[in-house]
Amino acid sequence: MRILFAAIAGGLFGTGLLVSGMTDTTKVQGWLDIFGAWDPTLAFVMGGAIIPMALAWWATTRRAAPVLGGSFPTRPPQVIDRGLIVGSTLFGAGWALAGLCPGPALASLGWTGGGGLVFLAAMGLGMVAAPSVRSRMVAVSSN
Amino acid sequence: MPTDWIFGALGGLMIGAAGAIFLLVNGRIMGASGILGGLIDRSGWSNGVERAAFVAALIAVPFVIVTLGGGAESHLSGNLWVVAIAGLLVGVGTRLAGGCTSGHGVCGISRLTLRGIGATVIYILAGAVVMGLARHVWGII
Repeated sequence: MRILFAAIAGGLFGTGLLVSGMTDTTKVQGWLDIFGAWDPTLAFVMGGAIIPMALAWWATTRRAAPVLGGSFPTRPPQVIDRGLIVGSTLFGAGWALAGLCPGPALASLGWTGGGGLVFLAAMGLGMVAAPSVRSRMVAVSSN
Repeated sequence: MPTDWIFGALGGLMIGAAGAIFLLVNGRIMGASGILGGLIDRSGWSNGVERAAFVAALIAVPFVIVTLGGGAESHLSGNLWVVAIAGLLVGVGTRLAGGCTSGHGVCGISRLTLRGIGATVIYILAGAVVMGLARHVWGII
């Protein structure tokens, strides 16, 4: 059942990304192009997504546990640390260059051809490299 | 143009509903970089099948819709160097930051977390600056 509902969530997520236009890199790049032809569509996508999600977070306060058991995710310590700042800056740079973030990169993999595969492979490499980048950042900051 | 906004909001509602299902039924946060990253670096192999099912459906369902319903536009750059560097930055960045547009953006903002809101402000600002430079100064995208 967990696998079935994970697939339902993944499929619905991908459908939403497609319907909203977020699998089209020009829509995402247009959102970031505040010095050019700015496209506000992404704000409507975010706004639309936050409404059901906020209701779901509220529902977690009314239920003891998820439907399929286990426990709801705990709230991690809320600190804006170096990893968050450096990481989000690097992510924003890559997001602008290709117009893809991880969700749409996967959702559009079926029709982006070789370019989509190159992006996915590079992203995977970056994910594998992240822990060593993090430990270097810690070493630099403690010197 | 407003048609794009309506489809944007409609698709957004579907994205939020997907996140709501994953949270309320499976008890998990729908963050694309975290779900995929845990599969790639093995840190999430304890629930790897659940992650793999999510990723497989995320790839397959839009592909089926596009195949049956006509073409989708991606407009991904043909410059593979730009695409590769972008992918590398997105991979390192999202794992260092602990989330991307879905995890920090959709799931974090809706929970009113400082990290979710902070990350979203930073990646949008950084993205706007790089977009301005790359498109209007360097002319590479």
